[in-house]
Amino acid sequence: MAVETSEVSPHDPGGPRPGSPPDRDAAVSLRGLRKRYGNLDAVAGIDLDVQMGETFGFLGPNGAGKSTTIKILCTIVEPTGGAAVVAGHDVLRERNAVRRSIGLVFQETTLDDYLTAAQNLRFHADLYGVPKRDAVARAQGLLEMVGLADRRDSKVGTFSGGMKRRLEIARGLLHSPRVLFLDEPTVGLDPVSRATVWKYVDELRRAEGITVFLTTHYLDEAERCDRIAIMAQGRIVALDTPDALKAAVGADRVRLTATDPVAAATALSTRFDVEATTGADGALTFHVVDGERFLPRLLVELGVPITSVSVTRPTLDDVFFARTGSTISDADSVPAGPPRMRRPR
Amino acid sequence: MTATEGTTTDGTTTDGTAATDMTIEGTTTDSGAPTTGASAARPSLEPRSDRVTVAPVRLAGGGPAHYVRAVRVIWLREVLRFAGDRTRIVSGLIQPFLFLFVLGTGLSRVVAHTNGVDYRTFLFPGVVALSVLFTAVFSGISIVWDREFGFLREMLVAPVRRSAIVVGKCLGGATTASLQGIVLLAIGGLVGVPYQPVLLLGLFGLMLLTSFAITALGLVLAARVKTIQAAMPLVQMALAPMMFLSGALYPIGNLPTWLQILTRINPVTYAVEAMRALVFSYLTIDSATRATLDPGVTWDGWRVPGGLDVVLVVVLSLVMLTGACLLFRKAE
Ligand SMILES: Nc1ncnc2c1ncn2[C@@H]1O[C@H](COP(=O)(O)OP(=O)(O)O)[C@@H](O)[C@H]1O
Ligand SMILES: [Mg+2]
Repeated sequence: MAVETSEVSPHDPGGPRPGSPPDRDAAVSLRGLRKRYGNLDAVAGIDLDVQMGETFGFLGPNGAGKSTTIKILCTIVEPTGGAAVVAGHDVLRERNAVRRSIGLVFQETTLDDYLTAAQNLRFHADLYGVPKRDAVARAQGLLEMVGLADRRDSKVGTFSGGMKRRLEIARGLLHSPRVLFLDEPTVGLDPVSRATVWKYVDELRRAEGITVFLTTHYLDEAERCDRIAIMAQGRIVALDTPDALKAAVGADRVRLTATDPVAAATALSTRFDVEATTGADGALTFHVVDGERFLPRLLVELGVPITSVSVTRPTLDDVFFARTGSTISDADSVPAGPPRMRRPR
Repeated sequence: MTATEGTTTDGTTTDGTAATDMTIEGTTTDSGAPTTGASAARPSLEPRSDRVTVAPVRLAGGGPAHYVRAVRVIWLREVLRFAGDRTRIVSGLIQPFLFLFVLGTGLSRVVAHTNGVDYRTFLFPGVVALSVLFTAVFSGISIVWDREFGFLREMLVAPVRRSAIVVGKCLGGATTASLQGIVLLAIGGLVGVPYQPVLLLGLFGLMLLTSFAITALGLVLAARVKTIQAAMPLVQMALAPMMFLSGALYPIGNLPTWLQILTRINPVTYAVEAMRALVFSYLTIDSATRATLDPGVTWDGWRVPGGLDVVLVVVLSLVMLTGACLLFRKAE
């Protein structure tokens, strides 16, 4: 008897109808957004609406076009085509209005190491025109929020990566933006700092109702977003809540080891019509709908001794796999384009 | 405004009011219109936490006051960074001292035709100009460091005209170079330059003007340079000819034609000339000696009148400033 398996298929990712006008009430509204570098489509046509107050995530491997999209949204890169509206303002025609409405934490730090934490914040307040009477109090409050109040007069160069990130988040909030962009906010951070960064994100959305738009290639971080868009090679391949995306995959992942993996694979194929892939460690992996009910049948009917078996609910990596045919970590290790210029730090 | 006040008003406003204010197409962004309304139109989707006690702020910006404030803080950053960088201060002082006391003393024994004027007195205004040149070019080029270490991006995404960045940097370069020059002015007496307040003030003013122009020039050179490795040879390439072809180290009368032409197209020549003419006007020497040592800049035999050299440096600043603004308007 055959078992329903998942398959790779072209899929409507969801989201707004291409060609419809951008939604000016949305926090971020993109229509057919494109950016070309030479003959590489870094962003290859994105349609997306992110509502005010949402925590929204871009999940995708390196080179998917996440940072490029963020740079277009914060007006430092001009799109090759399409429309982008941020907090009701067009990124091409109303640059300054966009800039005043958004807070930014880029993938690479943008702090001045030679200035103190307080000086970095003061610089930001002056550049953004935060009223002087409010700026000091707000800076102090934010420094307290990110636990850096006692280091306010230390040079930023003496800070750890996690402290710098926290300071950048505080700085990004200094001018009360409506939308906060965080590009890979936790890359290169230790687990404790990562958890701290997330604590602020959760606090922000609760306390200030701020829209948080972040990118990540960590699955567990994507899970914490209200909705995510899975990106691959400049396109959105899936767009929904993490739960809905996983539910749509349907199939659970079964991983089993057997004393004779070859016989087990053959038995799976002939008895259950399931094609398993053999991992480097000899374990067999395959997808079936409702794995927990499948398991008892497997144990009884396989006819080959099994040493261990596990059933996992679909993860976002399975969603990525279902839509692109590869896993995020695989896609990460194979550069999708020419190697990026990197800062030597 | 306290946290509670801020949040209460927040909670009662509806979502998207700021956005609807701005739906008219072509509404300009710099007009100071009710653009951001950063705090006003925030929805309260979930219960508020009392852990965050930070009141939202409303941006004033857009107008000339905001522009001046942005320029000022960019200037301030240059000054703070300079003040905190002892190696830069010291190395910036060593070079002019070497020129004045080592090169000057060494050469004064072989330089003829000075009619009793100390060669180092002649050299002094040149060294002042060179000191300003070195410091200011680096101030301009330092934008490459800002780019490499990411801080430039913080400036580029701010809601302020790009020219504020350029003007702030140039004022910062002018301030730091001139502060360093003050040390030189203080030791002028050692090489026979009189301590006349008007002379010193005049030299200080010329230093400010020259360093402003040279910082702007450095910004133009650096605008499209992406890495520090590429910036270093660029500095060398720019500095050496500007120094040697300026008349800082030798009088520029009676030069072979090719050298005449090269010195005349070098803007530093006019800065040196303005400073030297000022110093020489305070020396008690006969006109023949002055004509040898400070012949003034001539264009194909026509003597550029005093004052025009200053005007030329002003023009240079404006051209470089405009160029830098244009280049940074498109920078990412
Ligand atoms: N300035 C640039 N010039 C040329 N190619 C670029 C540039 N920036 C990004 N790219 C390319 O665009 C693609 C998307 O990059 P990016 O947006 O940084 O991806 P991600 O942030 O998802 O890792 C990559 O292939 C990258 O090499
Ligand atoms: Mg990236």
